[in-house]
Amino acid sequence: MSANILVIAEHDGAELYPGTLNTVAAAGEIAARHDGGGGAGEIHILLVGENLGEIAKSCAKAAGVTKILVVDDAKFAHPGAEDVAAQISAALGGGAYSHALAPASTFGKAVIPYAAALLDRQAISDISEVSEADTFVRPIYAGNAMETVKSLESPVLLTVRTTAFEPAAQDGNAAVENAAAAEPPVRVKFIEHALSSSERPELTSARVVVSGGRGMQNGENFAMLEKLADKLGGAVGASRAAVDAGFVPNEYQVGQTGKVVAPDLYLAVGISGAIQHLAGMKDSKCIVAINNDEEAPIFQVADYSWCEDLFTAVPALQGELEK
Amino acid sequence: MKILVPVKRVIDANIRVRVKSDNSGVETANVKMAMNPFCEIAVEEALRIKEAGDAEEVILFSAGGEKTPETIRTGLAMGADRGVHVQTDERLEPLTIAKMIAAVAEKEGADLVILGKQSIDGDNNQTGQMLAAIMKRPLGSYISEIKKNAEGFAITREIDAGLEKLQIGSPAVVTTDLRLNEPRYASLPNIMKAKKKPIETLSPADVGVEIKARTEVLKVAEPPAREAGVRVSGAGELVDKLKNEAKVIS
Ligand SMILES: Cc1cc2nc3c(=O)[nH]c(=O)nc-3n(C[C@H](O)[C@H](O)[C@H](O)COP(=O)(O)OP(=O)(O)OC[C@H]3O[C@@H](n4cnc5c(N)ncnc54)[C@H](O)[C@@H]3O)c2cc1C
Repeated sequence: MSANILVIAEHDGAELYPGTLNTVAAAGEIAARHDGGGGAGEIHILLVGENLGEIAKSCAKAAGVTKILVVDDAKFAHPGAEDVAAQISAALGGGAYSHALAPASTFGKAVIPYAAALLDRQAISDISEVSEADTFVRPIYAGNAMETVKSLESPVLLTVRTTAFEPAAQDGNAAVENAAAAEPPVRVKFIEHALSSSERPELTSARVVVSGGRGMQNGENFAMLEKLADKLGGAVGASRAAVDAGFVPNEYQVGQTGKVVAPDLYLAVGISGAIQHLAGMKDSKCIVAINNDEEAPIFQVADYSWCEDLFTAVPALQGELEK
Repeated sequence: MKILVPVKRVIDANIRVRVKSDNSGVETANVKMAMNPFCEIAVEEALRIKEAGDAEEVILFSAGGEKTPETIRTGLAMGADRGVHVQTDERLEPLTIAKMIAAVAEKEGADLVILGKQSIDGDNNQTGQMLAAIMKRPLGSYISEIKKNAEGFAITREIDAGLEKLQIGSPAVVTTDLRLNEPRYASLPNIMKAKKKPIETLSPADVGVEIKARTEVLKVAEPPAREAGVRVSGAGELVDKLKNEAKVIS
């Protein structure tokens, strides 16, 4: 049986998403733990879409990767989960790979289980640690517990908590190969994307994240946090309450059922610190909480707790940073 | 149109779960259980589609031990018509559950299966995707909107970059995100009515699914604890600490 590992690239048709590189790093950890059976295998990247030339070049730079398999087809201009899963299952079908991994993003979380079921395999979600080539640690119950789980089958299909792995370096030089498109079992019709464009860094890979909660009171007040984020070179996030109230769009949500972030600095403003929110940010290096409730649970995980009205504290902080 | 909604019994979202001292799992004895919040959203959406006149029947499904019918009953009290319970005390992995749901959806002739995108216990986020693959039906995952139309369903998905609109055919499988709707509370008369609604009990063999472990849980442990830090009382002090103590800004 092959010990090669397949990483599924995530991209938007123009650029490779950085989470792919963290996933390559997780693949590297699995490769390092493969025992016997001809030793460590190779790491390949599968790239599915249309007009992939530039993205394939970015993939080829991922350190430790030897081959990029490109399925470039006009009908995959906006690939659905079905489309990508069919390519994964075709690539894995012949026993060519021991593992397939994708980032635990909305992309990876949709395609990996789909591909696993096509292959009659049980996937393992959101791994944050590789213990053995077949054994992984992952958060359950909103991160209230960590489960060590061993796969009893092959190939093993996984999604990877990208914040738990340092991205692979970009000094590689992998070969790029075209692969034939496999026919998906069924197709869906893409209509449109409504994506908010922002010059700020992407939330899940930003070094600084400034998040607001219900305490912000409305969407306009988020301008304060945007200004602060821009001063710090960071991204803006939010609690579920702030998203549900319509202050900011859904893609800002940090938490158990939103995005997982682990920046150097996480600033929680007017956020109480519900367990579901903590699930998405408690691995941040340094947490600062601004809240006017002495008892707010967020203070129990914050490195620096500032009990103050946010409408006083945030402008004061901005002023101090601009000094 | 018939809608099938699989629902799961989980520890209530407001309960702080505790890891068992022997690291075999989390404490579930004498812990308040509830319907998984995403499944509630799925039931609510099915009921709204029925109330809009686009569906005739909403059927609930759940697999699990002897208390599982209580959770089905919760959905019946919200307004669903009847339930199917696959009774088993074995550990169920998403692929096994997806196979059971597929068998029931096939048997019932369900045109639409609405599932929660994840359950808040295992946080797997897999069953709906697997079901779509097994049934070879179009998938709409993480939806915040669904409208029936001539070609099937127009859906909006919440994705990491924003929103995505898709047209999917029918029959279909969709999974719910948080902002699809706000689930109703069951009224007292409906709770009473639900007691008389039928729940069919089946065995895994009845739905043709063999339960086979594909993964093994070796250990469940506490996450690394995060210590509370220090209080600051002004912007100057905070910036100083971030620069010189934590060294996260320059
Ligand atoms: C299934 C499920 C999934 C969930 N997933 C997520 C998730 O992914 N992410 C998430 O965030 N939540 C999630 N939640 C919701 C979570 O339980 C909380 O309800 C939510 O995080 C609360 O958001 P909040 O802290 O902004 O609001 P609140 O809890 O209302 O807190 C607002 C805070 O602002 C403070 N405040 C108010 N005014 C001021 C002021 N002027 N100055 C300073 N402080 C002020 C208050 O003291 C309070 O602490 C989920 C819940 C469920 C059931």
